[in-house]
Amino acid sequence: MLDLLRLRWRHGNQAIPDITKAELMDTHRGFPVIDESKYKNDWQKVIDVCPAGAITKSPVSIDLGKCIFCGECERASGGAIRFTNKHKTGSSERNHLIVPAGTGYDKYNEDAIESRKEIHGLFGRSLKLRQVSAGGCNGCEMELNACSNVNFDMGRFGIDFVASPRHADGIVVTGPITKNMAPALMDAYKSISDPKIIIAVGACAISGGVFADSDQLKREVLDEFKIDLYVPGCPPHPLTFINAVLDFIGRKK
Amino acid sequence: MSWTEIKNLQTIPLGEIPVFSVEELRHQTISKIQNGERLVQFFGDKTSEGVVLYVILADDNASRLYVASSKFRGEKAYQSFTPEAPSAHMFEREFYEQFGIEPEGHPWLKPVRSGIPGIDSEEIPYKFFSMEGEEVHEVGVGPIHAGVIEPGHFRFSCHGEKIYQLEIKLGFQHRGVEDLFVKNANRPVYLEKLAESVAGDTVIGHAGGFIRAVESLADTAVSIRAKLIRTIALELERIAVHLGDLSALSGDVAYLTGNSVFGALRTKVINTTMSICGNRFGRGLMTLGGVNFDITPQLLDKISAVVDRLDVDVELAAEVLFSSASVLERFEKTGVVEKETAAAIGMVGPAARASGVAVDVRSDHPFGGFELIPVHKLTLESGNVFARAYIRFVEIQQSIRIIREQLGGFPEGETKTDLGALGKNSFVVSLTEGWRGEIAYVVLTDGGGRIRKVKIKDPSFNNWFALSLAVRGEGISDFPVCNKSFNLSYCGFDL
Repeated sequence: MLDLLRLRWRHGNQAIPDITKAELMDTHRGFPVIDESKYKNDWQKVIDVCPAGAITKSPVSIDLGKCIFCGECERASGGAIRFTNKHKTGSSERNHLIVPAGTGYDKYNEDAIESRKEIHGLFGRSLKLRQVSAGGCNGCEMELNACSNVNFDMGRFGIDFVASPRHADGIVVTGPITKNMAPALMDAYKSISDPKIIIAVGACAISGGVFADSDQLKREVLDEFKIDLYVPGCPPHPLTFINAVLDFIGRKK
Repeated sequence: MSWTEIKNLQTIPLGEIPVFSVEELRHQTISKIQNGERLVQFFGDKTSEGVVLYVILADDNASRLYVASSKFRGEKAYQSFTPEAPSAHMFEREFYEQFGIEPEGHPWLKPVRSGIPGIDSEEIPYKFFSMEGEEVHEVGVGPIHAGVIEPGHFRFSCHGEKIYQLEIKLGFQHRGVEDLFVKNANRPVYLEKLAESVAGDTVIGHAGGFIRAVESLADTAVSIRAKLIRTIALELERIAVHLGDLSALSGDVAYLTGNSVFGALRTKVINTTMSICGNRFGRGLMTLGGVNFDITPQLLDKISAVVDRLDVDVELAAEVLFSSASVLERFEKTGVVEKETAAAIGMVGPAARASGVAVDVRSDHPFGGFELIPVHKLTLESGNVFARAYIRFVEIQQSIRIIREQLGGFPEGETKTDLGALGKNSFVVSLTEGWRGEIAYVVLTDGGGRIRKVKIKDPSFNNWFALSLAVRGEGISDFPVCNKSFNLSYCGFDL
């Protein structure tokens, strides 16, 4: 009994008090900023280094939907591309994920997530999600699980993962959508009642990630969905996911 | 002709590997396994002369590996190894699925990942074992499970509440990883990241396995400093996942204190990994020739403070967990895998050690930093859920000790060495003890020194069948806790 009390006392309170204002340590690779003038050589060299093919030229841009946040381009460009510790990178528009040189974190987030009124009305206080891993490496799944742990405690906002798609308001997709999982993903999608929301989590779900050129994928099933929210990362930090969802359901407005 | 004797991470010319007739290879493999050697790999390689079957066996006590091969020039069948060497059962199914060469007499020749050519398709679906009778029913679960986890299908044949037999159908995560390695052989940075994504919960383990194989092919020696940084990261990974498993096991038996406390401790460990390399799972740390991030003296102090506190907290939390009657009631006598069974089916890792099979690559076939660090193999006897939970606790303590020993007198040196050219027509086996057990990478190069075959074996490949055996005769409600006590990888298996 005394041990149990001692354990409880040492455990303390682990919850992050304000999820929306939480900051991550400096080493975390979050939102990238690009200063094109800082790298004097041919940018093609940096572009070629990127294992995910996320960087393009004129202006130099990073596609957060492809980026695996590995930091190779930061080293190759001598810091002209720099990953900040800022974690809010979600967007409701696929094209918005392409970040051109000179875009700052605040500017990116001004209109990154469009919060529709009916979404706020329906899901602002309660959102139940069904997660489907379709070829995910378990990285995204672990971080999504972490969203519900004692640190992040997403349940405090009424957001939970549920067991059945019949109980869910939306679907959270991870992984590059393998051929073998495509039918099950469609079944889960069809089982959710309207209006259903679709959230694509991680580089794999958004663009195929490092598996993009595999012949074992069936990404065309995604064409049947309108994806409502993109959460970049490899995997996205729990703060990235929770904040994106909070913004999407208009919880902070 | 005798088998080529090699050590872990020793590159040899392909031409040195003996070629037996398949009857001879079968005979010798079976007799070597019956004499105590362990099947590490069994895979095919398509060449212009036909399919070459490679068999790799380990003599763990002597720290030696043995390689031999056989060529199939159009033959469509051979006599199955499995009836006399059960540990070959999954390897033979995989070989059949990939090359259509049938192991005749295999007890259950079913698809592994993508379906057997001409047998398994949408029109002719996978055939599950079934049973009929009074009070008999079947329960199908998956591929989408209740929680936020990877997909797989479990088919329980039950008699009342009792599980008579569990059949596990996987392959849903199959994304062609091995092919991607070969297709992108000229993009080394990409290959590093791909290896990190083979199983996202074993980033350091898988990346390390692949990277050390390539470093051996390139005859490139990594600095001791880089090796130790890798070792610290690998052990942090082990601690983090073991803590997460203890948390989840607590949750599965409704012991919420354990669920919260172990979960919070895990967060501290993965955040420590992030303070080293900027990612909670260690992504971006490992690179060909060394590591991308150094550990500064300040960081050493921080890691030291974290493990010191962790040591006290884990011991306290484990003491409370393992003395709770409600927890022990669920853990003890549940999901037993006997030692003989574990050895026969070729189990690896903590699950094997919990059944009394003393296998640990860190000690048996030292790699990287473990060439310098002696590791004592920890085993338990009972082979049940309790043992698989308790061994995680003692392994956490062991890993904390390993990390602590490295922190004092950290050697100076470069963190990255330039990689040389890869040896031509070469063959290397790279074994790594990930937190789940033995990860085996075999990499082959062509005449131009280019990677032309990567064969991966995640420990889950050995251990999934053990879960089926563990739940036989148990109540179906004990399945979650049995499953969690193994915590096997779907994507690592499916590749």
